Amino acid sequence: MIVRDLGIIALSTILVHNFVLSQFLGICPFLGVSKKLDTALGMSGAVIFVMTVASAVTWLVNRYLLAPNSLAYMQTISFILVIAALVQFIEILMKKFMPPLYNALGIYLPLITTNCAVLGVALLNMRDYPDSLARATVHGLAGGLGFMLALVLFAGVRERLELCDVPECLEGLPITLISAGLVSLSFFGFQGLFA
Amino acid sequence: MSDNAENKAAGGGASGSAGALDAANAGGSAGANLLTVFRNGLLDENPTFRLILGTCPTLAVTTSAVNGVGMGLSAMAVLICSNIVISLIRNLIPDTVRIPAFITVIAGFVTIVDLLLHAFVPSLYSALGIFIPLIVVNCIILARAEMFACKNSVARSAADGLGMGVGFTAALILIGSLREFLGNGTIFGIDLTQRLFSPAALMLLPPGGFLAYGAVLAVINKVTRNKTAVVGCDACPLRCGMKDGERAGLADARGNGGAV
Repeated sequence: MIVRDLGIIALSTILVHNFVLSQFLGICPFLGVSKKLDTALGMSGAVIFVMTVASAVTWLVNRYLLAPNSLAYMQTISFILVIAALVQFIEILMKKFMPPLYNALGIYLPLITTNCAVLGVALLNMRDYPDSLARATVHGLAGGLGFMLALVLFAGVRERLELCDVPECLEGLPITLISAGLVSLSFFGFQGLFA
Repeated sequence: MSDNAENKAAGGGASGSAGALDAANAGGSAGANLLTVFRNGLLDENPTFRLILGTCPTLAVTTSAVNGVGMGLSAMAVLICSNIVISLIRNLIPDTVRIPAFITVIAGFVTIVDLLLHAFVPSLYSALGIFIPLIVVNCIILARAEMFACKNSVARSAADGLGMGVGFTAALILIGSLREFLGNGTIFGIDLTQRLFSPAALMLLPPGGFLAYGAVLAVINKVTRNKTAVVGCDACPLRCGMKDGERAGLADARGNGGAV
């Protein structure tokens, strides 16, 4: 039962409520690092990792530190500090114990503190899954995977867009946003997948 | 001054900060000076249309003009307060921990705004949802702390916060009105079309956000004939991923027009 539940949370977070394309979380990196496929993959890897760990840690912080002391109003401030510290910590650990992974993801890690998808997933977990660590963590993981899916798909679109001849006033960001709108529209087809 | 003009022409909006600051410093009386800082945030370096910062709330909450006003004013309140406080304590913060310190200050004010909205404007509070607490990671606020407030006097920082805040609010109202008009036939809830056409509900859905923002930017580019040079994280003057050496290198690059 729980497995089925987690599966539904994962699929709906990746496809139906995609963090980037339908919830508008993490747009800055989505626009910033989707120019090339390899940077898109590196950034997504780092985001998946941090979102999963941050989901679990912020859930535990809320459950065992904030909730018992009725400090729920401190969620925002404590979560952002937890995330900042966590990113720093992960960076140090990775550098020490997993140099290849650090070389691949390292430069993207510090960017993630201010990625609103990470703080967003922590806050959404408090709203939607305050009672289940497993669900919150899967939600974080799936949010990261959805971010990767959107980023990788869009990197492909943008690589083609480079070759197109667009009107001058649309060059750069405007055409990128409009293409993102079309990709988002295609994801709209998943709406109603879990009626 | 001619250098500044060149910077602007070469680098578009994103890198204009240094140039605009010099221009502001060169200005005459203190009042005119503050006005320049304010105008800079509103027009020359409009956070939404020139610097392309804070894209997430711009896209997410602009389903109606009222939501745009709410988000814009909330962010403005946080921006002005955090700019003032950061400017006050700028000489006390050690350089190495300044980003966490800024985030803590900002998060404090966001919590205040969050609680106030929850208490007094519950309908807006539920419409904006998690994007109220997410003001903490709104790059506009952190970027102004890093780029402006920690280098300038309290009055100038407050003027900058006000200008940037008004610029952000105006941009959100513009995009919000456009989406509300096309998607619902109304602006600020007033029916303007008298059911002359059937509204395209798509504009209220997520794809509509991207389309409207892209279209407005394209029109602005057409009118000003000055392309937005950099996109997303590239435009963020924070460059959070940069090591100190790169940061210094970037400062040089910024002087030369900034596009990295």
